[in-house]
Amino acid sequence: MIKHKKILTTPIFNENPIAFQILGICSALAVTSKLETSIVMSLAVTFVLAFSNLAVSLIRKHIPSSIRIIVEMTIIASLVIIADQIIKAFAYDVSKQLSVYVGLIITNCIIMGRAEAFALQNPPWASFLDGIGNGLGYTVILLTVGFFRELIGAGKLLGYQVLPVNTEGGWYVPNGLFVLPPSAFFLIGLIIWALRTWKPEQVQED
Amino acid sequence: MSTDSTRKTILVALGVCLVCSILVSSAAVGLKGIQDRNKELDKLKNILNAGNITTENANIQKLFKQRIESDIINLTDGSVVDKRQYTDALNPEDFNLKEIAKNPRTSRKLSEREDIAQINRIPKDMVVYWVKDHGAVEKVILPIYGKGLWSTMYGFIALDKDLRTVKGFTFYEHGETPGLGGEVDNPKWKQSWIGKKITDDNGKLKIRVVKEKVDPNDPNAKYRVDGLSGATLTTRGVDALVQFWLGENGYGPFLDRLREEKN
Repeated sequence: MIKHKKILTTPIFNENPIAFQILGICSALAVTSKLETSIVMSLAVTFVLAFSNLAVSLIRKHIPSSIRIIVEMTIIASLVIIADQIIKAFAYDVSKQLSVYVGLIITNCIIMGRAEAFALQNPPWASFLDGIGNGLGYTVILLTVGFFRELIGAGKLLGYQVLPVNTEGGWYVPNGLFVLPPSAFFLIGLIIWALRTWKPEQVQED
Repeated sequence: MSTDSTRKTILVALGVCLVCSILVSSAAVGLKGIQDRNKELDKLKNILNAGNITTENANIQKLFKQRIESDIINLTDGSVVDKRQYTDALNPEDFNLKEIAKNPRTSRKLSEREDIAQINRIPKDMVVYWVKDHGAVEKVILPIYGKGLWSTMYGFIALDKDLRTVKGFTFYEHGETPGLGGEVDNPKWKQSWIGKKITDDNGKLKIRVVKEKVDPNDPNAKYRVDGLSGATLTTRGVDALVQFWLGENGYGPFLDRLREEKN
């Protein structure tokens, strides 16, 4: 049990896929201009991660090594299409904003990475938890970045005006940089810095 | 049987493909109904938005019924089709633009010279929407579509009751590059259409989408809309479809008829 708990929690702060392994940066820049899109994207990635890990682990003893990567890609791609269809059905407005980025989960290195590094060697339940754990690690970073970008860039949170903006008679002047993707680079950089100050063992020596 | 034998490899590949395809297709088929309803609602919302009616926190269908009236018009002579001639396929509620534009019986093939919007076929009859205030027409909303860079873009243009001033412009479906051509969804750009004049005082079609920024001192500025930066081909597509639909092969006859009625 302790081992399982560790599998679930390690990727959140100790081996975070974005902050420690520096994977999945592309989508973390693209979809975090608002908190709402960040949440939906996080859910989709966690869903795909957990079930792709589970499926790969279930058939890990039967996958021939010559077509290993293709089998993994097929599973991941199918799950991504399913996630995309669900978002289109139940969160249509968000799906319009996410546009191509849901489809691009297929190329998110975290998912392929976990299937290769973990699910191929471990039993299904542990792999499933590893998927959830890494999904949560991704979620933590996305929500943090999304929170600050929407708050600083538009003075809003989840679409509600929190800081009264100057164009509507308030005092807050929105920082337009935070609406644009490069600001996520700065934020992720700051998060990595904070995380490695808190946990110095994450610092990689040259 | 060893995992790496040819037989096993083929079996595993087939098995994975079979399971995955069943999952994907059942998700796609099972959710299609809800997705289509979302699309339909989104279209109604876009019609309302084109008519500059705010849709926030409103029941879209109810609001649509309250504020919008629709008619079927004949594109060739611009006349309004009598309601008694409506059929199951041809009525404003069930008007399926894509089906009607594809069907050879309900559409007309455009010659290469006419087809500046690259839509190949044009419906013989088209649905139009009116925004009315106490029975008097405030705006008319016209469906427009044409090819951008990657996709056919579907949208609406709303005209004021003077039939010259643009009151709204929006696309509800397109597949242009996000961030470049996809900026046709940018609220600021859509806003820049409002107040532009489509024709000069003599009724000649003048509106253009230009590549550079519009110089506000240009005497023609009221007929010019900024293009989208980084999206030359999408911009050209938008320009072409506006020229087409407001021109003689599009709503020209219908607009002429409305102008005559007004005088």
